[in-house]
Amino acid sequence: MTPEDILQALYDETLVGNAPRVLELTEEGLGLSMEPQTLLFDALIPSLEEVGARFERGDFFVPEMLIAGRAMAGAMERLRPLLAETGVATVGKFLMGTVKGDVHDIGKNLVNIMLEGAGFEVIDLGVQVAPEKFVAAIEEHQPDIVGFSAFLTTTMPMFKANMNALEKAGIRNEVIVMVGGAPVTQEYADAVGADGYAADASQTVKRAKSLIEAKRTKVPA
Amino acid sequence: MSPAEPLRTVLRSATREVVIGHDTRFTLIGERINPTGRRIFQEQLRDGDLSAIERDVKAQVEGGADVLDINMGVPLTDEPELLAKAIQMVQELTDLPICIDSSVVEALEAGLSVYQGRALVNSITAEDDRMAAILPLVKKYDAAIIALPNDHDEIPMEADKRVELTGKIVRVATQEYGIAQADIVIDPLAMPIGADTSTSLVTFEVMRRIRDDFGVNMTCGASNVSFGMPGRHTLNGTWLPMAMTSGLTSAIMDTRTPHVVEAVKAADVFLGHDDWGMAWITAHRAKQAAEATA
Repeated sequence: MTPEDILQALYDETLVGNAPRVLELTEEGLGLSMEPQTLLFDALIPSLEEVGARFERGDFFVPEMLIAGRAMAGAMERLRPLLAETGVATVGKFLMGTVKGDVHDIGKNLVNIMLEGAGFEVIDLGVQVAPEKFVAAIEEHQPDIVGFSAFLTTTMPMFKANMNALEKAGIRNEVIVMVGGAPVTQEYADAVGADGYAADASQTVKRAKSLIEAKRTKVPA
Repeated sequence: MSPAEPLRTVLRSATREVVIGHDTRFTLIGERINPTGRRIFQEQLRDGDLSAIERDVKAQVEGGADVLDINMGVPLTDEPELLAKAIQMVQELTDLPICIDSSVVEALEAGLSVYQGRALVNSITAEDDRMAAILPLVKKYDAAIIALPNDHDEIPMEADKRVELTGKIVRVATQEYGIAQADIVIDPLAMPIGADTSTSLVTFEVMRRIRDDFGVNMTCGASNVSFGMPGRHTLNGTWLPMAMTSGLTSAIMDTRTPHVVEAVKAADVFLGHDDWGMAWITAHRAKQAAEATA
């Protein structure tokens, strides 16, 4: 296979979620001395972007998104150390968690897949994440964005509790805050003082990118 | 060990009784009286406009609901007051018993205090603090309670863990709070098939074991199983009869979809819960008559 063939096949097999084949093709590409960032930016990310676009149009369904995400994650496990060596910057670092009192994670996991698929480094704290745990993780990982997920109207108030914890720790302005989940609205996101809200996984990616861009281009005071 | 005796959960409005049971027709709990994810409905409720409830109640009753689930979880409002108002309003509109749905303890209490009859409360988990906060209310107002076998960590994916937590709920509710076992309705946790291919098999196993070990009734949010998949009505309408065979005796579902409701009614016939299929035949005649006058 030529490098062009590898990229095309990698794109096609990621799209259909063929994890073993994606890993083989990644190895083949590396065997041909292809750059890890070429495999990532010219095949894997465009493929996941297409998955997201199809999902948004209603042409793709949840299982297809999950297996495509899994296929990409397998390749990323192989590529991540190599990418770190070459010093390729990620699109951004996203710290994610379902708030305290809430055990729902399917929507959050879909968002994680789309973020990783778009080139974000995602650190997932799981479910039932207490405010102090978010604070500690922000201090440890220094993410660009922290995402709070809630599935219940009764756990949504934890957004505010998390915001207060960030304020108290003096790190509110160091990180972009996004909120989401089935009952969450833009109005509610504004009410708790979040920087961003998105209604679904692919909108989250777009919103996350634009928020990071806005922050990076902002002239320091 | 021989299977536990199958129990009957009796719900009432001021004038009507509905029985959930293993030897009787499946109980449909109409689910749409709920503003979650409905922006306009939320805005109306926030402005004190409850008119949309009337439309939703009518649709669920016409679809064949036996019980109505009422949830008034609108962020940034006084949920106890809103829920109490909504319950009073619904009780004027219909004589169906109500399932009072909130995770806010004060809202449940406000709802129970105005409710006329014997309500179903939605819900507790196996977490000690949830049981301690809500079970005394269930006892005080002589209600029945839906309980989810999950604890504070996560929703357990293994059947053993869910059965174990069901045992804990039954033990605590009956021994510490004096709730009758027949008034505990377990939600065996139906998860989306699109996120995990084996999840329904686990849930069916949980249902069989809960039925055989405890004899309690079960309900669940049935539309959840098809989340993220195409052809949701077909999936829901197939899943429900399979679940009924495994011991599910009730579901919280949108009764506006005739296809799904009919699948349940047909399963009632085959499970021997619709004597001589007379309910099925009666429904057929009503449909014929409606078509003739249309």
